[in-house]
Amino acid sequence: MADSSFDLIVVGGGPGGYVAAIRAAQLGMRTALVEREHLGGICLNWGCIPTKALLRSSEIYHLLHRLDDFGFTAKDIGFDAGKVVARSRAVAKQLSNGVAYLLRKNKVTVFDGHGHLAGKGRLAVTKDGDPVAELAAGHIVLATGARARALPGIEPDGERVWTYKEAMVPPAIPRSLLVVGSGAIGIEFASFYHDMGAEVTVVEVLDRVLPVEDEEISAFARKSFEKQGIKFHTGAAVTALSHDGAVTTTRIEANGKAFEERVERVILAVGIVGNVEDIGLENTGVAVDKTHVVVDEWLRTGERGVYAIGDLVGPPWLAHKASHEGVVCVERIAGVNDVHPLDVRNIPACTYCRPQVASVGLTEKAAREAGYEVKVGHFPFIGNGKAIALGEPEGMVKTVFDSKTGELLGVHMIGAEVTELIQGYTIAKTLETTEAELIRAIFPHPTLSETMHEAVLDAYGRAIHF
Amino acid sequence: MPIEILMPALSPTMTEGNLTKWLKKEGDEIHSGDVLAEIETDKATMEFEAVDEGRIGKILVPDGSEGIKVNQPIALLLEEGEDASALAQFAIAAPQPAAGSVPAAAAEPAVVAQPPAMPRGGNGRIFASPLARRMAQQAGLELAAIAGSGPQGRIVKADIEAALAAARGAPAAAPQRPEAAPPVQPAPVATGALTKERVLALAGNPPHTERPLTAMRRVIARRLTESKQTVPHFYLTVDCEIDELLKIRAELNAKSDAYRISVNDFVIRATALALRQVPAANASWSDEAILLWDGVDIAVAVALEDGLITPIVKNADRKGLAMIANETKDLTARARAGKLKLEEFQGGTFSISNLGMFGVREFAAVINPPHGGILAVGQGEQRPVVKNDALSIATVMSCTLSCDHRAVDGAVGAQFLAAFKKLVEDPLTMLL
Repeated sequence: MADSSFDLIVVGGGPGGYVAAIRAAQLGMRTALVEREHLGGICLNWGCIPTKALLRSSEIYHLLHRLDDFGFTAKDIGFDAGKVVARSRAVAKQLSNGVAYLLRKNKVTVFDGHGHLAGKGRLAVTKDGDPVAELAAGHIVLATGARARALPGIEPDGERVWTYKEAMVPPAIPRSLLVVGSGAIGIEFASFYHDMGAEVTVVEVLDRVLPVEDEEISAFARKSFEKQGIKFHTGAAVTALSHDGAVTTTRIEANGKAFEERVERVILAVGIVGNVEDIGLENTGVAVDKTHVVVDEWLRTGERGVYAIGDLVGPPWLAHKASHEGVVCVERIAGVNDVHPLDVRNIPACTYCRPQVASVGLTEKAAREAGYEVKVGHFPFIGNGKAIALGEPEGMVKTVFDSKTGELLGVHMIGAEVTELIQGYTIAKTLETTEAELIRAIFPHPTLSETMHEAVLDAYGRAIHF
Repeated sequence: MPIEILMPALSPTMTEGNLTKWLKKEGDEIHSGDVLAEIETDKATMEFEAVDEGRIGKILVPDGSEGIKVNQPIALLLEEGEDASALAQFAIAAPQPAAGSVPAAAAEPAVVAQPPAMPRGGNGRIFASPLARRMAQQAGLELAAIAGSGPQGRIVKADIEAALAAARGAPAAAPQRPEAAPPVQPAPVATGALTKERVLALAGNPPHTERPLTAMRRVIARRLTESKQTVPHFYLTVDCEIDELLKIRAELNAKSDAYRISVNDFVIRATALALRQVPAANASWSDEAILLWDGVDIAVAVALEDGLITPIVKNADRKGLAMIANETKDLTARARAGKLKLEEFQGGTFSISNLGMFGVREFAAVINPPHGGILAVGQGEQRPVVKNDALSIATVMSCTLSCDHRAVDGAVGAQFLAAFKKLVEDPLTMLL
């Protein structure tokens, strides 16, 4: 059994943990990383990356149904679900191997096992219940992530009631599917399965789809999905399930009325819970609130020398937020000059449904509620030459400015490739640019990015192409 | 569309000013370079020249208006071919002067001029986000006075909010916006807590007259309060015998009518040469480094009817006594007439304040930031001195050096004073 001491140990090898470990090693710390399953974590193995591979397949399948629009003809278009899934798994595998290589290159010692706090500055590592190592370090960063939340009475069974994990490796595309939850994960699966030919119904407990997005984006998205044929029940909850052969009957209540939807499969996507169990938090100063570890702006827990980052701590639960927290946490520990706490308002969020959704900063409603007087700009994709040439005229960009200072408070986008575009606004926001610099910036023609310029111009009554 | 003529920022410290007098009236043709108005800034009365051409369509701020914020529209200029009907588009509510003061609420200026680049020390580029710049401008804050908390000391929105909160005396009682707690800053802005009512109440409300605060008075109050609160002063005093100096002065002045050298001119030259000999005393503090100045520019305090100003004798170490004498005479005269140019009173590396002419024996002066020191000069007077175990009489001038201890330590200050004393007491060496 190995017994080693390090400067810093990271527990969990997801996008928070492995980035924290690499950064710590770059800063000259002797660093260890403990991972019980896959390097790269959920993001790389069972989340962001494999779903993007699946969504690429469904996008191509969707385009194949529009061949005529582009002047092509083809017969007998079909797919092999096994191959679609295999490609997604291969992508995940490739990237996970990449993380292992990066950790090796940076001389991070990786322990395969389960980490468990074992007294001040000590961490026990076990594999299948057997001890693997006793590690010691002045700083221990917990990055154990989160898992899907279950709803009472609708426990996933891995067969007819799926979480993201089963939904990512379907043996076949079900004929009909009920998705519970219309956040980013639920909507991405709804979009994927619908484009692959399933009949999809989405149930959302709140009054709109993608409920964290701006209200106008939610409305735009719903309209677009409904036009495609996805069915929605908002303000609705699934209260019971019963299985009968191949058919699962779901009981749904909405506005005091109850009805049934009969489907082949159900996907549960109603949020996450933090992995706070069995990592030795008991008898420490680490505080846990609603399954998430409580930290300060420098990611410190209530226990000296113990830190927590990523999905294990508060929202938003996004891979890039976890990575950034890992860097902030480690740089602060190393005493790097000029470290700044994460600014939640500058974290972009992307949903890879069709059409894509991306946003950063405050929604119009949140801005008004925070007391800002706002100037709001809109620009539709239909006014953009590139969007029309691509055959993707469905979309919209919305900007929200503080009318007093010109601060860009928020941006909300829906349409083709907006997940690639949002970063332009994120840089602008991070640099604290005002409308003046955005208006002065030159956007290349013809690109979708011109919609970003026009949406700024529109907030100041100056849009050219609409 | 008519062009808005905005209240100019005629000095880096200017946040508002008084429009003393229009030199053009509505309907006048304007050419670039024409003097439009006289504007009283915090330091002087200055002429405001036109940049654009056209005809004055409307004067928005009348003569004698006080407290006009920088960048507030003060007039509308009609371009060639435009007639008065174009003014109608400008439905801006022209602020009406009430009781001599103009409310600063000029809606939203359609055009917001960039503030002039702030000179900060010698090489001062100020890093600030566009949003921070705009917020500072809107609030009338000097960026140079704000410490940046962003990457590489960049001034960001949170710093402006912190400065504003400090100015209001309300710790971050900003609108309830879920910001990360702004970092704690030294608050360079004086708090506005000393209201007239409060002072009157404290004094027991005796009979009094009120003298309105001029822009200059406000700047003096703000800068010197900031100096006393943030600069750790210490003081060193030295007695200089000046009989020899007085003799040489009389001889030099007898030689020509082209100059008249004062004792203070000798003090300026001696100070400049002493700073050259002890360069560590010619220094300013900054949070990143102590800045040792290459040149020796001496700011000389000149009393005005209501306040003071510090015109600068630039490169005083490279100027002879006659030149210094003529320059100070000219600067003083123009300072009293309020006709100094910006660059003639902004900057400097070290100051001198002389109250000898008022019979003051010695005093300690307040440092004028960012200077590292100020020399306070008393009256030359006959005093008993002990020389070679015998009592004798000498003309003695006491000088007190105030140092910013962050940049100049006691030993350095003492070396400077020793060098200064040697020059003053052996003035021929000053002629070298």
